[in-house]
Amino acid sequence: MRDALAILAKDLRIEWRTREGISSVFVLGVLLVVVLTMAHDPSPETAPTLAPGVLWAAFVLTGMLGVQRGFLLERENDCLAGLLGAPVDPAAIYAGKLAANVVLLAVMQAVVVPLVGLFLHVDLAARLPALLLVCLLGNVGFASLATLFGALAARVRAREVMLPLLLLPLLVPLLIGAVQATRAVLVGGLAGASGGLGVLVAFDVIFGVAGWLLFAYVVRD
Amino acid sequence: MRRVLPPLTGLAMLAALVLVFLLVPTEADMGIVQRIFYFHVSSAWVAFLGFFLVAGASAVYLWNGAPTADRLAYAGAEVGVVFCTLVLVTGPIWARPIWGVWWTWDPRLTMTVVLWAIYSSYLMLRAFGGGDAAIARYAAVLGIVGVLDIPLIVVSVRLLRGIHPAVITRTQGGTGLADPWMRAGLLVSALALILLAAWLVDLRVRGAQLEDEVAALRREMDARRGEVA
Repeated sequence: MRDALAILAKDLRIEWRTREGISSVFVLGVLLVVVLTMAHDPSPETAPTLAPGVLWAAFVLTGMLGVQRGFLLERENDCLAGLLGAPVDPAAIYAGKLAANVVLLAVMQAVVVPLVGLFLHVDLAARLPALLLVCLLGNVGFASLATLFGALAARVRAREVMLPLLLLPLLVPLLIGAVQATRAVLVGGLAGASGGLGVLVAFDVIFGVAGWLLFAYVVRD
Repeated sequence: MRRVLPPLTGLAMLAALVLVFLLVPTEADMGIVQRIFYFHVSSAWVAFLGFFLVAGASAVYLWNGAPTADRLAYAGAEVGVVFCTLVLVTGPIWARPIWGVWWTWDPRLTMTVVLWAIYSSYLMLRAFGGGDAAIARYAAVLGIVGVLDIPLIVVSVRLLRGIHPAVITRTQGGTGLADPWMRAGLLVSALALILLAAWLVDLRVRGAQLEDEVAALRREMDARRGEVA
């Protein structure tokens, strides 16, 4: 636990000193929301129905780049080898990396979600607590798989294309669950969102545990 | 086993063809195109068997590192993707006259195409990820994560709108296959494709084993050449 917190602190400190990851993810997130909205060319009436899809498509695509960057940084100067050489359980490395990714993605969400509300005429403030829950569950589920496969993809050839190739199909249940839950929350609150929320919770638990157990096989030599 | 698989597969396929094209009655509403069902459903079953083989063999490989387990997982993914592709080809051929469209985002169709993508990416990882031994371990991790994803996909796609017929499961309004010839047609087709898949897996495993042996011999040869020089 202490090791995981140390890794989290290290990653956040690196991020804070350069602010490179957060700023690129921020701009990319805004761009994707704009591009996805423009591509649909919605009328003012249909715009709100697009919001869940645009929100989560932008989140997944942006998040993938953010997570990938974190692991490519570790490759420079063989940082990951140093990390593995330290007397730290790989599972703790996973937990620390996962936490750092969740924080990075949450900051990105804090920008992208209000922007979607603004561009697509959705009143987010009325549904804020329920929406925050959906966002957090989607964030953790995404990060738990992306952290595992980000580490994996950083260690193979053709790594730029490998992460989306491996991650996107596996993320389909999360995407469906998050979009359905968001849609239900925006229409009528948490009550109608149980199906989507159930998928999200199951996704978080299953891949949180799987990542925790399998991470050692990905990073050890 | 190795000797009996090819002739057994041939016999079962012949029997399946006779059943499906000569003995099974034509379905009353859909007509002749319904006969593709016997190969469509059988292929789907075989694809699932292949994907579960990937998961099982991957778990064994992570546990004991046996090369055979790794080769089995690889072969299972290859055969699974081939039969999953057959499902995705035979389905639209039926769907076009019956539904009027080649494709729709029905839960089962979505699930099949997502599984196809997951195990295709497994093959991509193995083909382009680089030759080093760690790839087998990474692929095993993907094989296990992939099978964990299947129940989540099954549950999540039910949130989408659906029109796919459920013939076998009676819970979703299916009536089961009433005609005994139809049941026989499906079972024999499934048996034929399972035998074919087993044969293919065996061939691929043996092929991978020979590749490894050749690589080992080549290394040994290079080492000896170094000694002489």
